[in-house]
Amino acid sequence: MAQGRKPDNREMVQGTLDMLILRTLVGGRAHGHTIAQLIEQSSDDVLQVEQGSLYPALHRLEDRGWVASSWGTSENNRTARFYELTKAGRGQLTREADRWRAMADAIGRVLGDFGTRGRRKPKESEG
Amino acid sequence: MSLRRFVQRARWDEERLRELDAHIDHLTDLNVARGMNRDEARRQAYLRLGNPTRIREDLYQMNTLTLLDSLWRDLRYAVRTLARTPVFTAIAILVMALGIGANSSLFTVVRSVLLKPLPFPESERLVSLYGRSIKGETIYNVVASGDFRSWQKQTHGFESMAIWSNQRFNLSGKGNQMPEVVNAIASSWELLPTLGVQPALGRGFTPEDDRVQAAPAALLTWSLYERRFGGDPSILGRTILLDAKSYTVVGVLPKWLAYPDVRTQLWVPYYHVVSPENAESHGNHTSSVVARLRRDIAPQAAIQEVNALQERIHQQFLTIPVSNGADMRPLLEDLSVDFKKPLYVLLAAVGCVLLIACLNVASLLVARTASRRREVAIRAALGGTRWRLLREHVVESLVICGAGGALGLVLGSWATAWLQSERKDLPQINAIKVDVPVILFVLAITAFTGVIAGLLPALSATSDKIMDALKDTSRSMGASRSRTALRKSLLAIEVALTVMLLVGAGLLLKGYLHLRGADLGCETDNLLTMRYALPKSGYADQDRLTAFHESLLGQVRQIPGVEAASLVSVVPGGGYWGDNMFEIPEHPPLAQGDHVFALFRSIDPSYFQTMRIPLKKGRFFRNDERSTHTRVVIINEVMANQHFPGEDPLGKHLRFLEDSEPNGQKDYEIVGVVGNTRHRLGADLKAMMFFPVYADAQGDNRSVALVVRARHNVESLALPIQKLMTRIDPNLPVSDVLTMRQIIGQSTTGASFNAILVLAFAVLSLLLASVGLYGVLSYLVAQRSGEIGIRVALGAGRQQVLGLVLRDGLQPAALGLAAGLAGSLAGARLLQSMLYGVSPFDSAVFSGVVLLLAVVSFLASAAPAWRASRLDPLKALRME
Repeated sequence: MAQGRKPDNREMVQGTLDMLILRTLVGGRAHGHTIAQLIEQSSDDVLQVEQGSLYPALHRLEDRGWVASSWGTSENNRTARFYELTKAGRGQLTREADRWRAMADAIGRVLGDFGTRGRRKPKESEG
Repeated sequence: MSLRRFVQRARWDEERLRELDAHIDHLTDLNVARGMNRDEARRQAYLRLGNPTRIREDLYQMNTLTLLDSLWRDLRYAVRTLARTPVFTAIAILVMALGIGANSSLFTVVRSVLLKPLPFPESERLVSLYGRSIKGETIYNVVASGDFRSWQKQTHGFESMAIWSNQRFNLSGKGNQMPEVVNAIASSWELLPTLGVQPALGRGFTPEDDRVQAAPAALLTWSLYERRFGGDPSILGRTILLDAKSYTVVGVLPKWLAYPDVRTQLWVPYYHVVSPENAESHGNHTSSVVARLRRDIAPQAAIQEVNALQERIHQQFLTIPVSNGADMRPLLEDLSVDFKKPLYVLLAAVGCVLLIACLNVASLLVARTASRRREVAIRAALGGTRWRLLREHVVESLVICGAGGALGLVLGSWATAWLQSERKDLPQINAIKVDVPVILFVLAITAFTGVIAGLLPALSATSDKIMDALKDTSRSMGASRSRTALRKSLLAIEVALTVMLLVGAGLLLKGYLHLRGADLGCETDNLLTMRYALPKSGYADQDRLTAFHESLLGQVRQIPGVEAASLVSVVPGGGYWGDNMFEIPEHPPLAQGDHVFALFRSIDPSYFQTMRIPLKKGRFFRNDERSTHTRVVIINEVMANQHFPGEDPLGKHLRFLEDSEPNGQKDYEIVGVVGNTRHRLGADLKAMMFFPVYADAQGDNRSVALVVRARHNVESLALPIQKLMTRIDPNLPVSDVLTMRQIIGQSTTGASFNAILVLAFAVLSLLLASVGLYGVLSYLVAQRSGEIGIRVALGAGRQQVLGLVLRDGLQPAALGLAAGLAGSLAGARLLQSMLYGVSPFDSAVFSGVVLLLAVVSFLASAAPAWRASRLDPLKALRME
């Protein structure tokens, strides 16, 4: 599917969308559009949710019992399907978050200060 | 993925559609708020979300079980394909339904009768014990009561052991109830505990009941309890009159119990009804023995101990006929032994029918596959995997077989119900029902036939090289050799199976006709028989018996239409009943331990004239030969030839053991020799002796059959005669009111049943095979019409074309015929025990089958061959 498309650094890292959706739902139930918006806003628009993959992800999460869904009315009086975090979902989010942090730390350690030093070199002439 | 969501995914998809629409609406609202106009806002929303249909498809796919999905598609495809040829489909389904129905029904019966454990606790430990008799002639002989008592006391391999024997009683009516004759057993008190059965009401017999001097007790079977006593439990403790003697009902047996058979109505204590001298006797073989093996003893060891004991008993009593060994077999086998072979033969026959049906469907599918060869090849070229194409075929034949199986289950349950009503003599027949194993069996054979019928054509279709098939334009003439070969070998197998069925049916039918036509030794037309038994109370001595018999005969002879009337203890074809040991005082004594026997019958003086049994020598009984001291006997020809070879039996004597005589013996003078009568239809002729029913001699003068000959319409006499008897003694029931023809019919039930069923199956498979032959040949002709057209155009004569096609059809038929004959020769010996008076290699049957099959296969091939020979070459070539 993604073959032939150019990698875009704003595209979601594989598998993180599920975690982010769960994280978003910690604040309370929300419908698909709000979830996408919240992710984008809280990442300062760095992460762009490819909305086409949002729904399959929601579906997957519901299938595993991490979110539950029901029909409701949105803030602007439209019917929408609302998703909320289940207890199992909260547990999963905790695990995923831990894993992610550990991973990020590990990757950070491997990288060391490689990129930062090289880019800053001209500025810090005394170091 | 959950199966539930898979099934409901259409509804689920609709929900997703609404959800995505809502999402678009939200985005649109947002964009409008940003100041876009409505259309632009919506357009931007779609751009942002992407193609909703695409998203839905992704979601839909997530909910799909791939295998199920494609199977479902195959199924719909198969149903559509089959629906396009409704006649073909209907025939194929019907053929399978017949095959599967017959199999399921017969399997149900076989399971209930032969395979299912008896309905007793730990029934595998229940066995029947038999005496092994004299000079090794008879094995599994009934047991003498004296032997049983020794086994019971002196062996250690059994938890318990019980004895029983058949009895008949006149059951008197109460109020306006008619008296009736009931079949009963006399059972020792151990029988119920040995079987492990509790009575439904009341109690079983106790050791105290089971004595001569005990107060008479009786157990009712559930059917008698309901039929005769209205199911009223207050019958417990009340008395019933059996042979004019009061018996107290102590219990009612459970409804499901049909032991030893369904005809048994009543149980009485063994030692109460069997005379004390009989109970002690080692020579009077009348009873059956059931025992429960001990858990901790090997069956082999248990029977060896009994056998050794019986050998010792035999040595003790050399002057009387005592079994010289003992045998044992499981109770289940014991009850079903007579039905095992016929049922398995029938099962084999229906198995053949199913196989033929399956091959027929296969060969019809092969024909269809061939016409779809290019379609299949194109699909294969486009990437259809072999597995996928194979699956399609199998699914198609599974649809046929599945529908056939469902229909077959219905047909089968009808057939089972019919069998149940038709064969009440089968043990455990009441317990027959369609249960889980039967349904599993039907599912299994359905799946099996479906896969076989589907795989055969599928393999032939998909093994084709794709390129060959694609190159193979309709211009290339003639079907490929391999596919024709497959079709022909299917045909040959069908024909071979049909031949075997036909031979089996022919042999059984011929055996049945022989049996039916067997000479009983008397004239059987217009002869009515009925039995009555005079009880001891009311008919204490011979004078009273004689008085009743004579007055009855006198009055019966007065009834208009009666030509002759007589009495006999057992009519010809009526069974064995009993034999007696004798000596011939004029001959040197036999070696010690050697004994000779003859069946005995009691008759009135006119019996032989009434039955039209010829006198060979001497004279009949005279009417005045009736005092106790008249000691005369008439023997049949077999007895004369066996025991008086080369000498005149007249004036010689037969000597019998008789306790009442001073020297313990009684001599009878032979006064006549008569023609042979058969004691049972299909049995060998046996030595038989006749005594006067009016003389207190050997034999049974209480329980007799009245035989009445009329010029015509003898059945119409049954009612007036019964009324007459009720007038003479209102408490005397009459039983077994049957014409001689009906008696013959009854004893041929099994043989006619087997013969007719196997014949029906054989005819069905002949039909299937000829339809198969016709269908395949017609198809071949259609396929080769181009080739034939060219042949004709090039000058081939009609005869040549005719011969060409005929050869195509007759070749597999001949092959199948040869194989079938070989198979029949190998298998016919298995039928031997079921054939009466017919060799299993009966040449008439074999040549008849060959002829029949030749004619049928010629006719089946002739029609397509003739059509081929009439082919207009121009039309045939233009058709391409």
